[in-house]
Amino acid sequence: MLSFIIRRLLIIIPMALLVVTVTWGLIRLAPGNFYSDEKKLPPAIEENIRKKYGLDKPWYQQYGIMMFNIVKLDFGDSLKHQGETVNDIVRRHLPYSATIGFFAYLVALIVGLTAGIIAALRQNSRFDYGSMATAMLGLSVPGFVLGPILVLIFALGLYWLPPARWGGISNLILPVLTLSAVYMAYIARLTRAGMLEVMGSDYIRTARAKGLDEKTVLLKHALRGGIIPVVSFTGPALAGLLAGTVVVEKIFAIPGLGNIFIQSVFNRDEPLILGIVAFLSILIMIFNLVVDISYGFLDPRIRYE
Amino acid sequence: MAENVEIIKRASLWRDAWKRLLRNKLAVFGMVVLAVMVVAVIIGPAIIRWTTGFTADYVPSQIEQGDLVRSFSPSLQHPMGTDDAGRDILARVLQGGRISLMVGIISTLVSLIVGVSWGAIAGYLGGRIDNLMMRIVDIIYAIPYILIVIVLLSVFGGPNTPAIIIWLSEKFGGAGNQGLSQIFLLFFALGLVSWLTMARVVRGQILSLKNQEFVLAAKATGVSSFGIIFRHLVPNALGPVIVYATLTVPSVMLTEAFLSFLGLGVQAPYASWGSLAADGIKNIQIFPWQLIFPGVTMALTLFSLNFLGDGLRDALDPQTRKF
Amino acid sequence: MSNKGTILSIEGLKTYFHTEDGVVKAVDGITFELKKGETLGIVGESGSGKSVANLSIMRLIQEPPGEIVDGKIVFDGIDVRGLSIAEVRKIRGRRIAMIFQDPMTSLNPFLKISTQLTEVTRLHLGHTKQQARDHAIKMLKLVGISDAEQRIDSYPHEFSGGMRQRVMIAMALSCDPELLIADEPTTALDVTIQAQILELIKDLRTRMGTSVILITHDLGVVAGMTDKIIVMYAGKVFEQAPTRELFATPANPYTKGLLKSVPDPAHEQGTELYQIPGLPPDVAHLPPGCPFAERCERAEDICRKDFPPFVEVSSGHHSLCHFAREVYAESSKGLPKEEQ
Repeated sequence: MLSFIIRRLLIIIPMALLVVTVTWGLIRLAPGNFYSDEKKLPPAIEENIRKKYGLDKPWYQQYGIMMFNIVKLDFGDSLKHQGETVNDIVRRHLPYSATIGFFAYLVALIVGLTAGIIAALRQNSRFDYGSMATAMLGLSVPGFVLGPILVLIFALGLYWLPPARWGGISNLILPVLTLSAVYMAYIARLTRAGMLEVMGSDYIRTARAKGLDEKTVLLKHALRGGIIPVVSFTGPALAGLLAGTVVVEKIFAIPGLGNIFIQSVFNRDEPLILGIVAFLSILIMIFNLVVDISYGFLDPRIRYE
Repeated sequence: MAENVEIIKRASLWRDAWKRLLRNKLAVFGMVVLAVMVVAVIIGPAIIRWTTGFTADYVPSQIEQGDLVRSFSPSLQHPMGTDDAGRDILARVLQGGRISLMVGIISTLVSLIVGVSWGAIAGYLGGRIDNLMMRIVDIIYAIPYILIVIVLLSVFGGPNTPAIIIWLSEKFGGAGNQGLSQIFLLFFALGLVSWLTMARVVRGQILSLKNQEFVLAAKATGVSSFGIIFRHLVPNALGPVIVYATLTVPSVMLTEAFLSFLGLGVQAPYASWGSLAADGIKNIQIFPWQLIFPGVTMALTLFSLNFLGDGLRDALDPQTRKF
Repeated sequence: MSNKGTILSIEGLKTYFHTEDGVVKAVDGITFELKKGETLGIVGESGSGKSVANLSIMRLIQEPPGEIVDGKIVFDGIDVRGLSIAEVRKIRGRRIAMIFQDPMTSLNPFLKISTQLTEVTRLHLGHTKQQARDHAIKMLKLVGISDAEQRIDSYPHEFSGGMRQRVMIAMALSCDPELLIADEPTTALDVTIQAQILELIKDLRTRMGTSVILITHDLGVVAGMTDKIIVMYAGKVFEQAPTRELFATPANPYTKGLLKSVPDPAHEQGTELYQIPGLPPDVAHLPPGCPFAERCERAEDICRKDFPPFVEVSSGHHSLCHFAREVYAESSKGLPKEEQ
């Protein structure tokens, strides 16, 4: 198990560098530059800018210098946000996104698992059809439609909650709900499917034949196998969660990492773009590793060497 | 004797699946709504232009430059109201629907072509090539794709669209149309997002079909490898592929809407449901219909696609049924 | 040890399933009796209803889509159908135990076998954790797993097929049940292991005085183990007789066909293996008359039109056939005078 973890951790670094390289390549291949937004600059000034940012060196040198720095975890300074290092920016804006993402997934898990289990137990009941149809809705309504509608109803209509910005718990509710909707839906459906499959298996029949009551059969015997699809879903879910926070941050004017990323892309702020991409790639890969490890704990048949 | 049983089994497999699909009320509902939506976006704009003269871009002449209020609420004349520039939203939603659906379907086709070919070749050839091809899939899978797509679209979009994409869009849509070339760029960008899982699904199917007898028979009669893969194996792997494709369309449409919402997707003069929503959000407090109509229309379409996909999955794979 | 007295009595049991294709009459009116200490064999092809019949005894049928439509199930004087589900659970695992065909899928892959073994005695006998564990180790040793202390904390996938089945047997016999139902206990195992498991069951039932119902499609298995046999087909009892008599003088064409299908090493090399022609019937759409008619060698018009009677051809020997007595007479002809 340990060697497995180490191997996976080791692979993360070259992978992240690969991602950074591809992104860097894309940025460099495209015409235009971070300063070309503004009016055409007089050549002398342009020369200065290029020298300042080391853009006058040949491309492979620039690549080499950048990579060397990155391995030291030095992503340089942001081009647009004068005087701030990329690391600072990431550090400052990450907590917003992380909080929303974490709570969104937590809520999705709690609601989704419960709904899925009950739906599976009461198959074909009104609850089953009702909850699965609602889940379908959750999958079909995009975040940028759901969010504003929630704001319209709860903030601007009923005055129960604040419509935007960061603040206390009440500020969190709408963004978290908006983000978690899709995942609630997926998790509810996956749980239901997983539980149904498990409940039909032979070993559940054995458990009943031993005289165990339904609650024990469900919680002790069925649950572990039934939630496995949800665990495997968590990996890809994280990538989607990232995209989701971008939308939520825009709608609710939250200064999170997603917003910063979009800005940096529009600004062609290369160091910032690369820094965020590298950071998020590593985060996703570590997360997938954690998911795989917990898989091993859930299912004793899986042995990592 | 044996092949007759096999042929009978296969013909009735599809018919059985169709019967089962029709029994699923939700799936039928999805199919109907989808059909209505497709018809609406195809002939709708023409009908509207014919009856009222409104198009997606048309600004009624009564509205002068100096007029401050151009957004009208839903009325008989404008069933979905108008936007900030006075354009009829119903016309825009239908037009946007064309683009959204088109992008969804064509991008799915792109991912189908790439994914099916990749998976089929990998599964059929097996061994080291299979290993290599699937490792590439694994590697790409681990990358936060969406970030790269965002970067891709932003740096290559608009005036920077690479020449080949412009060439392609000119072939199909006429010269000098930046918006169109952006859409073509989207086809590829979005198609490249979902081909991975398709490849995995197809490879899995091919692996299990590879060793069956009809493949042996095809080989014995001298069919080339290419022929075997694409004329024999792929048609038999179709079931899960269809299901997955039907479920990819809404997923791709959501991604396109997401990108358009950020300003990276469909650009003016074209609109998609996502870009309409982005426009509409600005005025949510005063003119909520500008967001709600495109949003609800999109949700309805995705809803139907999802139900249809679900129904297809249940119809084609009855083991997942109740008992 | 061998008491008189009936431990289980089934009368007119009907278990139907409501499916998309119609009503499947998996079990359509079967009647049999099991005395204390006896071993009953239930033989039939797949789809004959033998497994469903036995799941019905403990009311393990999923309702929906299944339903015990009719019949009496009396266990040691108790009307099982009349009990509440809570009371049925008290009997399951405690007084009636069941072992299933495929031990890999019948054991929970996510739980240690110690957990799966101890939960039975903790539930029914009120054992503490330690008591249950000690008892489980004892049972494992009883079924022939000698290093039980080390292996009890393993997971099912760490055992071989034969060992898993032994674990299932240990689990089933933990509370010393009066009735053991073994549903194809050896079908999923290698031939050599099959023999071991059957020996084990034989040995344990003698030691513990358990009544046994042994379900199988393999006549060879029942031959050495059972006191009497029931042959099932299309949800009905086609023949029932004491074991020796069934093998020596079958009174039903189906039984005869089954016996003929058993490969006999004594036959000449090159003789074709016998197969009952045709396929088992679709139990959702049964023809009128005898369900076996279209495959039967001696079927006549009356077989296809009228449902056959359940004829008693000799003491304790019944056959569902229009020509039961004739078939019985034919089989007897081959025997030496004394046995006729």
